[in-house]
Amino acid sequence: MALDSKIPKGPIKDKWTDYKNHINLVNPANKRHIDVIVVGTGLAGGSASATLAELGYNVKAFAYQDSPRRAHSIAAQGGINAAKNYQGDGDSTYRLFYDTVKGGDYRSREANVYRLAEVSANIIDQCVAQGVPFARDYGGLLDNRSFGGVLVSRTFYAKGQTGQQLLLGAYSAMNRQIARGKIEMFNRHEMLDVVVVDGKARGIIARNLVTGEIERHSAHAVVIASGGYGNVYFLSTNAMGSNVTAGWKVHKKGAYFANPCYTQIHPTCIPRSGDYQSKLTLMSESLRNDGRIWVPKNLDDVKAIREGSKKPTELTEDQRDYYLERRYPAFGNLVPRDVASRAAKERCDAGYGVNATGEAVYLDFAASFERYGKEQAKIQNISNPSEAKIKELGQEIVKAKYGNLFQMYEKIVDENPYETPMMIYPAVHYTMGGVWVDYNLMTTIPGCYAIGEANFSDHGANRLGASALMQGLADGYFVLPYTIGDYLADDIRTGKISTESSEFEAAEKEVTERIEFFINNKGTHSVDYYHKKLGKIMWDKCGMSRNAEGLETAIEEISALRKDFWQNVNVPGTSTEYNEQLAKAGRVADFLELGELFAKDALVREESAGGHFREEHQTEDGEAKRIKEFQFVSAWEYKGEPKDAVLHKEELAYENIEVKERSYK
Amino acid sequence: MNLTLKIWRQVDAKDKGKMVDYKVTEISESMSFLEMMDVLNEQLVNAGEQPVAFDHDCREGICGMCSMYINGEAHGPDRGVTTCQLHMRMFKDGDTITIEPWRAGAFPVIKDLVVDRSAFDRIQHAGGYISVNTSGNTQDANAIPISKQAADTAMDAATCIGCGACVATCKNSSAMLFVGAKVSQYALLPQGQVEAADRVRNMVAQMDLEGFGNCTNTGACEVECPKGISLDTIARMNRELMKASI
Repeated sequence: MALDSKIPKGPIKDKWTDYKNHINLVNPANKRHIDVIVVGTGLAGGSASATLAELGYNVKAFAYQDSPRRAHSIAAQGGINAAKNYQGDGDSTYRLFYDTVKGGDYRSREANVYRLAEVSANIIDQCVAQGVPFARDYGGLLDNRSFGGVLVSRTFYAKGQTGQQLLLGAYSAMNRQIARGKIEMFNRHEMLDVVVVDGKARGIIARNLVTGEIERHSAHAVVIASGGYGNVYFLSTNAMGSNVTAGWKVHKKGAYFANPCYTQIHPTCIPRSGDYQSKLTLMSESLRNDGRIWVPKNLDDVKAIREGSKKPTELTEDQRDYYLERRYPAFGNLVPRDVASRAAKERCDAGYGVNATGEAVYLDFAASFERYGKEQAKIQNISNPSEAKIKELGQEIVKAKYGNLFQMYEKIVDENPYETPMMIYPAVHYTMGGVWVDYNLMTTIPGCYAIGEANFSDHGANRLGASALMQGLADGYFVLPYTIGDYLADDIRTGKISTESSEFEAAEKEVTERIEFFINNKGTHSVDYYHKKLGKIMWDKCGMSRNAEGLETAIEEISALRKDFWQNVNVPGTSTEYNEQLAKAGRVADFLELGELFAKDALVREESAGGHFREEHQTEDGEAKRIKEFQFVSAWEYKGEPKDAVLHKEELAYENIEVKERSYK
Repeated sequence: MNLTLKIWRQVDAKDKGKMVDYKVTEISESMSFLEMMDVLNEQLVNAGEQPVAFDHDCREGICGMCSMYINGEAHGPDRGVTTCQLHMRMFKDGDTITIEPWRAGAFPVIKDLVVDRSAFDRIQHAGGYISVNTSGNTQDANAIPISKQAADTAMDAATCIGCGACVATCKNSSAMLFVGAKVSQYALLPQGQVEAADRVRNMVAQMDLEGFGNCTNTGACEVECPKGISLDTIARMNRELMKASI
């Protein structure tokens, strides 16, 4: 099947408006006879469910958590971008569009990104109307912050809990529709397959995670809004339950999977402390404004620090290597996420990591304490302040800016970051890849849509900070509700979809057989045993930097691990009860397939772009080298084993932006 | 460190349930409490036994999913944290730790430490929203200025994660801190005024219907709340309810 991205004709600034003017609509009386399933209730799924229900469709929404409010969008900290230009600093739809395409290293689709920038301003209006308590200035108007990779202040925020407040806004809109009976909510339910009837997505098979019951649910369209697949690495900043299963199931039924190798590894996370670690915690990117990143220059000092015989504060300036400032004098500690992460890995691989695992670098605020302290001493007219006084004054300023982050760090690491530098290391945070969708957000299965982080969408090979929330809500509130109507207009005479068809029968049988297999296998290793092994392969060979040899080995190792899993996995308990191990087994089984496709995608992409760094493709001084022939989206078609997947290319054309090199020197 | 765990085991809602003792060894001080539970569960799975069921998801203190009553305190002995943020350095080698589910009539046990908090969702369905369509055709976000103080106080109330620690802690199993937080968020903002009276009446009525107890001003909820929601929210809810009934 040839890929058709269905981008409307005409100038980029008119595409979305023209499109909306010419699509088919469904009249309100007919919407009452049309059902839509939404899988996932984060920013994308929650906002889509609420809007579709308001329009009059009958929505069935599914969440694996005990309430829609707990989806992992809730953990987003920093903010949400919107081209409001409230600050009058020259922001515009075009500038947001431009920053996003460039930030994505010229690997995203122009028309989608422009539409995203276009609807961004509406998101803020909508959320304020819903009662989202965004930060305000003393005049009562909305406040903004600046984020990495841009030259304007366009980020709206609610303390360090922007994701929480936006999700609670979408949740409140859902609650209104649940109360009206327009959304039927299925909490503690997990989608285990999509049902395709006569070539169209017509329902799902779901498992009730409390009773274990397998249920059939039919609809005229199915929307996948199940988030990203960062947990393929076992350790990430994702929630424990975050998984690829919904996306992977539609992939196996005909939806192409795009750019699986594009992963964002965030530079400032709290390092691992041991093998028992279940999860990694992000420290906001904003810390890099005032912290300087370094490792010792000499390996002797590294050894002494690891053994505890030397403290980092004892090292003099000339015994420290501020490697980001050394390599990137122009941007210094504020290089983009992908660059900062790779540089930390380079130092640690060379043996300079400063903790027991050898995977940590310092983020040091001492220079900021001094700088702010001296400034404060001037302001407060303190003549000849002592060093201790300067430090004290400086710490007060840093505390006011980042106090909550310093406290969080201290709770987890049990070290006082005011007295000793923080230790940080990169961690998996977001996946730009996902289910391939056209301009309508429809996958290659008619009637099956993918929105939010679950699709491959708008971020190309690297996502800018504060853009994930924007995309989730744009898709759910303002894009999908239009595009899905164009498709459903043909379904007004279809009537209720039966769940008694042979297709539902077959899908349910497949799901049940797999569950029975897990329960009856009685193998020797737990599900986590396999998940951790997979995570290690992914991190070592498909992580921050990749090479052909490593990727080929990864493919073999994952394939062997998958075989072992299907022979020796041990799942306790029964299928007819609350059984978290069983749920996890299904998710890990899918990660074991995705992981291999991921490595294959990374192997085929013989260039470096954004979060995808191939060691063979770098400049003389170790920077990423993009290659013109790879200016396409890799969309994979399922053909059984991941090794048999077939590559389809969607060529990317840049008509409104000049493709340039990214340099931060 | 080595620990003895006394954990509530209950097969399902109908089961009577009982405390069972377990031993875990070589627990690191830098583990989170839930990672210690992971170690126990891996041990149980490898021994062919049923792991202990407990709710958890984000493991960074914001989703509100985790919910353990540890040594008689919701989310354990530390303050201002959820169970997933509680670290083992709060305990000593040789300690015996008692772990129970949230105990409240309105939160029936599903299995072991997992409880059903859907009553919270139903209270929100009754009025936890502003009736505005998501058409995007609302007025400009800056059309209504909101004082910084009102916005900040609304945010302090909105920071509730819906974990249920307040209910579990309260001797009356009251949900007033939870409901007060939501009512306060909207009561403090101009957008919420239009339907303020209906909102508070409906949410309080649903709260009573779900079987939560009343508030007797003990203030334990405020102490145990991982997000520091203030008792002021309960006072504000009572004022709103009073206003709505005259």
